[in-house]
Amino acid sequence: MGKRIAVVISQGQSQNPKKRQLEEDLVTKLMFEAGLDVTVVPHLYDLKPDGTGILALRGIKGDFVICSWLYDRAARWILDRAGVEGHEGTSLLESSADEEDEEFEEELEEDDKDRVIQSRDLPARKIYCLDLRSHDSVEPYVDEIQRIAQETAVSTVDLMGWIQGKPTENQLQQYLSEPATESGAQTEQTQPPASPDQSESQVVRVEEQSGRRWYPVIDYSRCTNCMECIDFCLFGVYGVDKIDTILVEQPDNCRKGCPACSRVCPENAIIFPQHKTPAIAGAADLAASLKIDLSKLFGAPEEGKSAVDMAVLERDEQLQLAGRDAVGESVGLVKKTEGDSSEPKDKLDNLLDELDSFDL
Amino acid sequence: MTELLTFMMGEYAAEIPVDRYYAKNHMWAQSSETGFKFGFGAYAVRLLQDVYFLDWSLDAPALLKQGQMIGSIESKKAESDLFAPMAGKLTQFNERLMEDPSGINVDKYGAGWLFEIENETISDASMAGLLDPQQYLEHLGDVWEVTQRTIKGQVNG
Repeated sequence: MGKRIAVVISQGQSQNPKKRQLEEDLVTKLMFEAGLDVTVVPHLYDLKPDGTGILALRGIKGDFVICSWLYDRAARWILDRAGVEGHEGTSLLESSADEEDEEFEEELEEDDKDRVIQSRDLPARKIYCLDLRSHDSVEPYVDEIQRIAQETAVSTVDLMGWIQGKPTENQLQQYLSEPATESGAQTEQTQPPASPDQSESQVVRVEEQSGRRWYPVIDYSRCTNCMECIDFCLFGVYGVDKIDTILVEQPDNCRKGCPACSRVCPENAIIFPQHKTPAIAGAADLAASLKIDLSKLFGAPEEGKSAVDMAVLERDEQLQLAGRDAVGESVGLVKKTEGDSSEPKDKLDNLLDELDSFDL
Repeated sequence: MTELLTFMMGEYAAEIPVDRYYAKNHMWAQSSETGFKFGFGAYAVRLLQDVYFLDWSLDAPALLKQGQMIGSIESKKAESDLFAPMAGKLTQFNERLMEDPSGINVDKYGAGWLFEIENETISDASMAGLLDPQQYLEHLGDVWEVTQRTIKGQVNG
């Protein structure tokens, strides 16, 4: 292993025993690794703003890895909103389904629109998000964390002067000692470390009583600051910062279950990590869920509406639940309704159409 | 629960107590003074198997339209959105299930109930669009084909 690196494990909301087991197995395995600071927090998305969980995450200064039951994009941008910023670390933990995802991402990046992220000044550290749904066993995660620890150790030496000041003796020693290159090496066989200080992994568990939350998360690598979301949402969730960049200003104003703004976003930049539709929950690709969807048997209405139609319906539903009047298409859709109605579908529409075709 | 009808889901006998009504979305309904208490019937629980996660997308009390999406469920084998079986005012969710949704598996026709809906304008079950046990049994006969196709189609697809 390289220098000390922090690993955060964000627990699932679900009581699924397999999920709990995977989390605990991972903690146990990581404890046998040298030089890891493991922090276990409740479900990342549900952490209260400025609660102990978020404060613990903000306290991590260098590169870190976060394992959560969320899509990578969702995890990264939830952290960003919580003030835990950094550059995207590229995880090599990819299942076969992710290959399509790369193609899709390229497609998105082909145009030359300005994305908000280009104007942001992010701290010089990397955050690696691992989706715990990618694999059923802990080994791939442990291997990937080992790989990342090495990768970051190398870049730390390169950048050390300005990231972390002078290397400590431990860091140097770790960097100079033989790297454990074998992926999948048995952790039990790890060489006894030279000094106990650098080797003992620490596990911190952060407890936080938090109810389930529901709010949008903006992916600034996609967002173009077009303001369609702020026009569309009538619940005051969105606002702008000092330099007029869109932000989720009042997350808890959001109406539970309502993903309408995500459907009107032309760049598919708005993530509702707990939404059942992968494209809305932050999937970069169209990988469908592995579980059987019984919704149609349990009374789901027939679909076949456009994304904007659905968004309008969802918003009206929420307005009425809040004791306000439905507004239909009359508010917040200026560009769409005044423009040519036969305008080509946007990427989100196509995405949703494709998802629909996955259903039976 | 003295009397039961049964519906054979392949080898599995889904028990349908006759002391209550049923919604087409496979929830049972028991009338109370002001409305109905709902829970998952044996057909639904058998399809779901072990329930791991239950989430409601609104807080009680809330006014519901029939068929409105109200939450979602995840189990060992499946996941689904959940929909209001009748219109009315949802007065309470079963809080015990929020701690441990496996109560649905343990006692589906009793302590594992899901929520209560009040509707003063609906005086009896047929007005609410609910089926009596015999009608529900026939409904199951009608949908069992589609159910099997859905499961097989999605597993293979």
